Parts: sequence; structure tokens; C-alpha cells
Amino acid sequence: MRVLVCVKRVPMTGGKIVLTEDAQAIETRHLGFTISPHEECGVEEAVRLIEAHGGESVVLTLGPSEAQEQLRDAMALGIDRAIHLVSEEEWDPEGTAGVILEALRVDETANGPFDLVFFGNESADAGNYQVGIRVAHALGRPVATGLKGVAVENGSVRCEQEAPGGRDVYVLPLPAVVTVLEGLNLPRYPSVPAKLRAQRKPLDASSPVRPEPRLEKLRLVVPEGQRKEAMILGEGRAAAPAVIEVLQRIGVA
Amino acid sequence: MTVLVVVERQPDGIDERSLQAVTFARRLAGDEPLHALAIAASDGIEEVLGEHGVATLHVAEHDVYRAFAPYAVSAAAVEAAERIKASAVLAAGSERGNEVLAHVAARLDLPFAANCLDVGAGDPLPVTRIRWGGSLLEEALLHASPKLLTVQPHAVAAEPAPAGPAAVERFTPTLTETDLAVQVVERVETAAGGVSLAEAKVVVSGGRGAGSAAGFAIIEELAGLLGAAVGCSRAVTMAGWRPHTDQVGQTGTKIAPDLYIACGISGATQHMAGCKGAKAILAVNTDAEAPIFASADYAVIGDLHEVVPAISAELRKAQIQKAEPG
Repeated sequence: MRVLVCVKRVPMTGGKIVLTEDAQAIETRHLGFTISPHEECGVEEAVRLIEAHGGESVVLTLGPSEAQEQLRDAMALGIDRAIHLVSEEEWDPEGTAGVILEALRVDETANGPFDLVFFGNESADAGNYQVGIRVAHALGRPVATGLKGVAVENGSVRCEQEAPGGRDVYVLPLPAVVTVLEGLNLPRYPSVPAKLRAQRKPLDASSPVRPEPRLEKLRLVVPEGQRKEAMILGEGRAAAPAVIEVLQRIGVA
Repeated sequence: MTVLVVVERQPDGIDERSLQAVTFARRLAGDEPLHALAIAASDGIEEVLGEHGVATLHVAEHDVYRAFAPYAVSAAAVEAAERIKASAVLAAGSERGNEVLAHVAARLDLPFAANCLDVGAGDPLPVTRIRWGGSLLEEALLHASPKLLTVQPHAVAAEPAPAGPAAVERFTPTLTETDLAVQVVERVETAAGGVSLAEAKVVVSGGRGAGSAAGFAIIEELAGLLGAAVGCSRAVTMAGWRPHTDQVGQTGTKIAPDLYIACGISGATQHMAGCKGAKAILAVNTDAEAPIFASADYAVIGDLHEVVPAISAELRKAQIQKAEPG
């Protein structure tokens, strides 16, 4: 089978978010980057599917040239090759879905259809909740979202979604699109040889032109902090009686 | 403007977040009568929707709606929106609200703004929406029409707008084979055990500072004494010490307890996005400069391996005193 997984490079924000001077982005000079968490589980799941069923896995990203780092990370986890849509600009979700669709169609024309396309349910940063659904509609393929279980069996995919008190199950015929959540699996740590192999795996880069966004970002704003002056109850063991007082005052002990 | 709100039902009536979305929608609707769309078996909700300012409730009926079917719900929303010539379609920024509106956006080839906190006036429509699970805001312009957006839960409180029950208009939407193909076909019940993290009154969490899976024994002990749920940070689940179902955070469970006790957790934005609904936060950390103290109400500076057992011991003493007064 063939599996595509779409990922986004996002900063690891740490304790406090600081913006660039023009308020268009997060100041990332002192930050590391990662694959957005939901998508990292998509990568792991794609690798497991190909290990179990054989075939080819491909990772795709739309992002700056540095996002090659996340594509190499995905290939270190076991993805076979990468497609990099290079753009230094931020794209709105409609534009993102459109350019992913184009790249997907080019790849399918050359190599045959993807049985399954993975997206994160929403990116960690922009959180627009829509790119996977847009791509599914454009392809005329079914999509299930927010999944914590994905199993391929007999030409269909069994999809599990957490719901109050249990899990809701969808069964979609392949080819299909799925959007997944962190907790789907526990992504593996890549070995050093796997990282070295990833450097030699094929990476196809192109530079698409961004269309005018119709969800047009004007600026980012750090919300007014509810910065509190914490009441210090004490240090070490000696703080325990003061803690109990607080618990009793709140009414939980 | 003419506004349609897609509302979600709960077994005991209507989802609170949908009432918040209806309240939010009144701002956009102005003097125009407000419309809502619900799926089948919506008996009774026309009253509460009416009390929140909805003039007409459109009820889509079809066998497929026995279980959740995102394509079929979005098809009904598109049909109702076109019939009333809606200028805006809204839903709650819940998982399902966002899913349904994304389908509507894909069907109508329109932009969609998820999880909005606020809207302005004019066209393009100014919106403020959340990013990073609420740690950052985005001010944006929503072009084209109708406007599609979801309302971030708790952005507004549900407020009544005294009026009679909403008029009910039932219809059977035209559905394609694809609309019928994607549907919940089975519900797997999970065995109920322990206190649910999302609904717990008290949550005790451990972070990297717990040191290992075994380090959670003292967290569990304290949680047991308080009738609390056990939580953890993302670092902990990534290390495999606890299951992801215990994770509090932007990509884990969002909690809203009366008290959140965070032990050995630094307070990364990813974590705080999941616990900012807590009424009070007590943080235990060796590092007095840890970011979590900026969001905490109570602070204990110290190693959780010393502090947590001491709290448990003190708690036991207090509980014994309570049981044997005098």
C-alpha cells in the first residue's frame, strides 16, 4: 500500500511566547523546532502500516527551507521519501489544502494512488481544524477526524475516535483520508543509523506561489497574562501543614 | 445579517457550548431573526433555543442521523443556509463543531475561521481567534460570504434573550452516497475506572520532576487521599512513564478542576493550555523561577519526592482527626 503523511514544522514554545517586532510570528531565535505533535503520531502510524503491509510511505510539508529538518526526522522514523513545498510565508488553510492537493495529484499521477493520507487533526500553532477535510473533499475521498485508533483491514480502515465514555468507530473504504491526535501511538526514537540513512533518502523540493489568503492574518497578540503572585506556602517538607490548610479552605480535604 | 447556528445535542438537552455560540451569534444577527439547525430527535430544545434568541429551529430528519455522520450534518447545514440565504454560519468550537464547519467550508469553497473569541463589523469581517490552544491570539480578516466560523468555548457565557419557543421547521435534506457513507457504526464502551480527568474536582499531576514511572507512586497516593484524578505533562507520556490518557495539555486532556496540584512540572505553554480552566493551581517545583509559578495561586519550593509524601502524611493525620473528633 501507499501512505502519505502531511506534517508541519512548529516551534517548541517553552514557558512564554514572545513575538517578533512586527507581530507576524513567534520570536524563534532561541527555540527548537519539532513536527506538530498530532502529526508526529501520524508519521509513526504510517511507518507501522508500511512495516505491516509493505509498500511506500511519503512525508510532505509546506514550510520554510529549514523544515527539511522535520522531513529528515520523519524519514529517520522510517518514512521512505519526502516532498518539500518550500515557502517562507505563512499560508492560510485554504491555500495550504490547495497546494497539498496539487502535489499529491502530481505524485499519484507518477506513482499511483495513496491508499491512506494522514493529517494532524489540527496544527499545534495555527489550529485551523480544516486542511485534511478540504483535501478529502477535493479528492472525493472519505475522511474521519480526531482519531486515536487506525487499523487497515480488507480494503478498509477502521477509525476510532474518543467520545464520552468510550470510542466511536468509523469504517471507511480505501482510499481514504484520516486526521489523527496525539495518543494514537507512542512515536519511536530514531536510532543513529536511521538518522544517517534519512540523510540519503530522496527529497523532492519545489517552491509554490502563495495565493491571496481569504483568512487573512493581520497580526498576532499575546493574550493579557493572568500573571498571578503565587502565595508561597513554604519550602520542602515544612510546607505540608500550610498546604493542608489551603486544601481545607478550598474544601477539597 | 441572517445567521444560522449549527447546534449540538447532549443526551440531556443541548450542549452548553452551542448555547454560547447562539449567544455569540446574536451580535452578528443584530435585529434579524436568528436561525438554528439541529439534527433529528430535537424534541424540547426549541424552548431553550427560543429563550436564547433563536426565532427558527430547522430540524434535519433522516435515518442516517441515528449516529453522528459529519458529511450528512454538513449537507443539512449547507441546505438550510442556502434556503434562508444565510450571511453567516456558526457552530461551537468543539471537535464536532469544527469538523462540521470544515466540511461546510469545503463544500461551499469558502474560508473558515475556527475558534473565534470575538468578531468586529464589516466585510471582510474582522475576527480574533485563538492559536496554540489559547496561548496566543490571531487577529484576522475573514473574506467572502457567507462567513463561516466557530466560537471558542467559554468566549462568551450563554445569556438568555427572553422570547417564546423557536418555531420548528422540519426538513429532509438531500444526501448523496458519500454523505451516507461516513458515519459512526459502533460505540466501544470503555470500562469506567477511577476518576475522570476531564471532570475531576481535584487533579494531581506529575512532570519530568517525577523522574520515572515509579516516581508516580507518591502522586497516586496523594490523589487517592484526595479522591483526585492523576494527570501528567507531555514530557512524561513521551518518556512512556504514563499513558497519553493521563496527559494534561494542549494535545492532551483539558481540565477544569477546583484545584490543580502540579508537581515537578515547569509550566510550558503546551501544558498550561490544558489546565488554565483550573480554579486554583498549587505548584510544587524545585526551581523557584519555573514558569508555572507565574500561573499558580500557591507555591511550594521543593523536591516533589519530599513534599508530596509529607503532604500525604499530613493529610492522613488531618483525616484521622476528623474521623475521631476530640
